[in-house]
Amino acid sequence: MAYDKFNILTSTAVPLPIENVDTDQIIPARFLKATERKGFGDNLFRDWRYNQDNTLKEDFVLNQEKYTGKILVGGKNFGSGSSREHAAWAIYDYGFRCVVSSFFADIFRNNCLNIGVLPVQVSAEFLQKIFDAVEADPETALEVNLPEQKITLLATGESESFDINSYKKNNMLNGFDDIDYLLNIKKDIETFASNTPL
Amino acid sequence: MSAKKTLFDKVWDSHVVHKIQDGPDVLFIDRHMVHEVTSPVAFLGLKNRNIPVMHPEKTFATADHNTPTINQHLPVKDPLSANQLKMLEENANEYGISYWGLGHEKNGIVHVVGPEYGITQPGATIVCGDSHTSTHGAFGAIAFGIGTSEVEMVLATQCIMQPKPKKMRININGSLSKGVTPKDVALFIISQLTTSGATGYFVEYAGEIFRNMSMEGRMTVCNLSIEMGARGGMIAPDEKTFEYVKGREFTPKGADWDKAMAYWETLYTDEGAEFDKELTFDGSKIEPMITYGTNPGMGMGISNDIPKASEIQGGASSYQKSLKYMDFNEGESMMGKPIDFVFLGSCTNGRIEDFRAFASIVKGRKKADNVTAWLVPGSHKVEAAIKEEGILDILTEAGFELREPGCSACLAMNDDKVPAGKLAVSTSNRNFEGRQGPGSRTILASPLVAAAAAVTGKVTDPRELMVELV
Repeated sequence: MAYDKFNILTSTAVPLPIENVDTDQIIPARFLKATERKGFGDNLFRDWRYNQDNTLKEDFVLNQEKYTGKILVGGKNFGSGSSREHAAWAIYDYGFRCVVSSFFADIFRNNCLNIGVLPVQVSAEFLQKIFDAVEADPETALEVNLPEQKITLLATGESESFDINSYKKNNMLNGFDDIDYLLNIKKDIETFASNTPL
Repeated sequence: MSAKKTLFDKVWDSHVVHKIQDGPDVLFIDRHMVHEVTSPVAFLGLKNRNIPVMHPEKTFATADHNTPTINQHLPVKDPLSANQLKMLEENANEYGISYWGLGHEKNGIVHVVGPEYGITQPGATIVCGDSHTSTHGAFGAIAFGIGTSEVEMVLATQCIMQPKPKKMRININGSLSKGVTPKDVALFIISQLTTSGATGYFVEYAGEIFRNMSMEGRMTVCNLSIEMGARGGMIAPDEKTFEYVKGREFTPKGADWDKAMAYWETLYTDEGAEFDKELTFDGSKIEPMITYGTNPGMGMGISNDIPKASEIQGGASSYQKSLKYMDFNEGESMMGKPIDFVFLGSCTNGRIEDFRAFASIVKGRKKADNVTAWLVPGSHKVEAAIKEEGILDILTEAGFELREPGCSACLAMNDDKVPAGKLAVSTSNRNFEGRQGPGSRTILASPLVAAAAAVTGKVTDPRELMVELV
């Protein structure tokens, strides 16, 4: 199923300078009961966003009006824990198109790439620069340039390059998904399947 | 002579259908398991594309995450859970997939029933939309959790696309001390590596400690591989593995068995094969473990004090946030802290050996009055063994009740939720904030530590309650 194409994204960012943000925080298990991929954004970071009586936790970043944008910036080891793709769906559904961190958990990174949310891994130093810049001025914008694999703090022009393999990059640029690719090599798969021992 | 290969290389390389330049490998999947939570959107995707399941005989469905653990014969009360369960059944029927739903004799937690019925086999590639799929690596399989887009991918094409991970070997030799279980070994490793220390790697566990472990113990260790960020973990199959697998419903029989054995016996790391990273620990130094924070890497020997923020690597503010959530203080001991809940179960510790261990401590003692205990077998097969072996009598005598199989309080998705502020000692796999219920606080531990807490009502070193072996 095709998803949004990603080329160059220029946006303000929402800073979440917490390490080891796990997918249970991104979307708690009790909100995984839908059978369609929509509406998960309402419960993104549910227990950090809301008190138990459903009132807002004013100090949480998503509840601070000054922070907006399509880029979520998280601390080291973002997305650890459960494989729930619902975490990536919730981030997408809320309106984010890119997550920046100095380190991503494996499955979360794959899930993002599979739905068209770009995970951008930067150095710890550059991550700190982004946090400092956004916290000093929430209006400051970042440019995420996928064709050039470069992320830039527009206010200062400081930038860093990021990695993505060329296959996934091409998918993201064009909104292609893996199943389209695999269905094109279906014959090879069937031949392989007929020779497997198990 | 061909290049020296690791166990992981042998299994991975023999499943690569196609290699993409500067991209992932197309990996053929031998066994796919699905449950009700991560599959509905994948089946919806197939419908939208109007394509069938390519190999329905290689996919198996069971209901576990949402299911209640009492009164399973009654309709499921929560309408959203009931709907997900109904969708799984309908999808399985529509696409011709084996379905072991609520009430089915083979129902249970996906990672418990897979091995029980021989779906899990050495040298196989196994995936499921659940991160604890790493469990099946105990048999020398490459097994790992995937997202829902990948579930759809496997249903549609029996393949997934993955870059080949790096390889790590963790060697532990020596022998385990009294009261130290496979769960402690795993929590020890994670405490050494942190929750991200193995990210990007596939781990092989090697050494005497793992050779001497039962299959159940190996499953517990491999299960927790994901908690240090690893894609998965595996242990080379041996006589113990083959003995376990033999004669189960879905394992090869007759000439097919001989053929399978010929392959399985090649599954070991060649002498001199190279790993990207190799770590070695002394097994005799491992203590019974507990966690004190909000990720599984925040663990320590039960008799230690909680480390100070200044002593740990990484962000002090995240560390302090974690201790604040737990309502614990830097530098204090955990021993004697009053607890409210005990949970024995999950894909980590919901097998027969775990119930035997728990029973060995509670035998002749009584459940503490301040403790609510949820004892949840991983499957009906485990439940039956608990009854047959007389373990149920020991538990009942000590004031415990046995619930029906399911994921239960591991993830607060069904009715079994730990209330806000309450402290639970759990044999499950994650102590994240709110994991067992909004505001709940979790200490991860072995079945022995859980049992010691259940009968004393506080954090207790199980070695104090163990009968001295002469």
